[in-house]
Amino acid sequence: MKKIILIDDEPLARLILKEYLSTYPMLEIVAECNDGFEGIKAIVENKPDLIFLDIQMPKISGFEMLELLEQAPAVIFTTAFDEYALKAFDENAIDYLLKPFSKERFDKALKKWLESSAVNNEGFEHLINSVNQLQDKQRVVVKNGTKIRIIPVHEIMFFEAYDDFVKVHTAEGIFLKNKTMTYFEKTLSPLQFTRVHRSFIIKQDEIIKIEPFEKESHVAILRNGARIPISKSGYAKLKESLGI
Amino acid sequence: MCLTVSNNLKYYRPGKSRYAYLLVWCLAISIVWLFISFSLMNLVITNNVAYLNFLINTLVVRFGTGVLITGCIAMLSWMWYNLQEQQDYEHRRAEALKLARDAELYKLRQQFNPHFIFNSLNSISALSGSAPEKARYMIQQLSDFLRGSIKKEEDVFITLEEELLHLNLYLEIEKVRFGHRLNSIINVHEDTKDCLIPALILQPLVENAIKFGLYGTTNKVEILIKANIENSVLSIQITNPYEEDSSSNIKGTGFGLSATKRRLFLLYGSAAALESVKEENKFMTSLKLPSNK
Repeated sequence: MKKIILIDDEPLARLILKEYLSTYPMLEIVAECNDGFEGIKAIVENKPDLIFLDIQMPKISGFEMLELLEQAPAVIFTTAFDEYALKAFDENAIDYLLKPFSKERFDKALKKWLESSAVNNEGFEHLINSVNQLQDKQRVVVKNGTKIRIIPVHEIMFFEAYDDFVKVHTAEGIFLKNKTMTYFEKTLSPLQFTRVHRSFIIKQDEIIKIEPFEKESHVAILRNGARIPISKSGYAKLKESLGI
Repeated sequence: MCLTVSNNLKYYRPGKSRYAYLLVWCLAISIVWLFISFSLMNLVITNNVAYLNFLINTLVVRFGTGVLITGCIAMLSWMWYNLQEQQDYEHRRAEALKLARDAELYKLRQQFNPHFIFNSLNSISALSGSAPEKARYMIQQLSDFLRGSIKKEEDVFITLEEELLHLNLYLEIEKVRFGHRLNSIINVHEDTKDCLIPALILQPLVENAIKFGLYGTTNKVEILIKANIENSVLSIQITNPYEEDSSSNIKGTGFGLSATKRRLFLLYGSAAALESVKEENKFMTSLKLPSNK
């Protein structure tokens, strides 16, 4: 028996998946979820073999949900229309069903999964990265224990490298995200954020002063008083984005 | 001297038939220049008669040179400013074209919101197995809605009642998709029903309400539409619940409101107003129009 979870905010969209799945007796639907929060909970509890995941959902998107999982199960995406994401799917050879889809198309997707069956975490990472690169990031979703926080980018002051994590500094406090600095450098709008140092990405609006520091390097003083080191190449980048 | 000519041409360029103006202008400037230089020389060199004679003898030659120089400068600056004006014009034209194209695209997207249509079709597909009667009902609603959207032109006025009928089709479809949690209440005064309003003016506002209220949350959602007349002003209010947290999830709502504002301004000038207020967990859009019948 393989375990399946359906995550879609429309009951009828789940209904058709259930109907199509009823022809596969060896597959069992262990949970149905209305949004990404429920989805995370159900995935952690049930450890499914495969999930069907809608992309546009309330609260957090399907991609953001995947980002929050430590170990992602196999995923078949279901989406009605997502101009940004479709290209990324093709590029990363991950299967998706365009709503409305036929039973034949559904069978093809399931066959593909049953035959490969290996979870392709790396593929998802590529997929999420390429989706994120198509649009400038508007917010960062972090997990704090069991709580999920959605941080709009305008609330973020700077990012700091921290071992395998990145510290997201906001006025409210510091949040940890299991991503790399390069990921943030690539997905944040360069009009707002600059990587000024190997370990720091700062928001340009937060800078109140830039002072020389030792030879060849500088330090940025932020609105909240934080002092951020700026490397030589970071200084050149910062000068360019600030137009000085 | 050259600067004067160039500056003059910056602000005033004669038409094609008036090159004579340019010539006269150059001649006049040359005469003035000749006169000034001659008087200056007279003042500076007072005792060298031979040089003064030389000055008088070369008057014609120097006048000719002056006219040539000013003429050349005039031609050059005339061409230069013309070119700049041409470029400015091209730039403005390109921008206007882009704006018009954006608006056109937006209008199309507004009519055929692909997300809405494909999700509705998916719902129909799901219903056709288990509840074919409901599937047929939804196909009917969707067709009527699409027909209504195609038929209506931007500049046509329809009664509030007609607009509400069209909106109801849209809401009915959303109720099939999200039936378990969408409720809509339309509460309009009897005397507002035959007021004339621009066709589809409420559509983007209700879509916004659905976007924020329904797509943004997983709770039960109530969309409230009210209308009344006060001092011959028709006032329409659309209220939806709203969660602060999820607002950043939804993009592209700004253009809907600003496009509607723009349309109202083009149709009514300052006689119409569109405002939106956020309070606690509610988002209210209120539209005020002259109550024409």
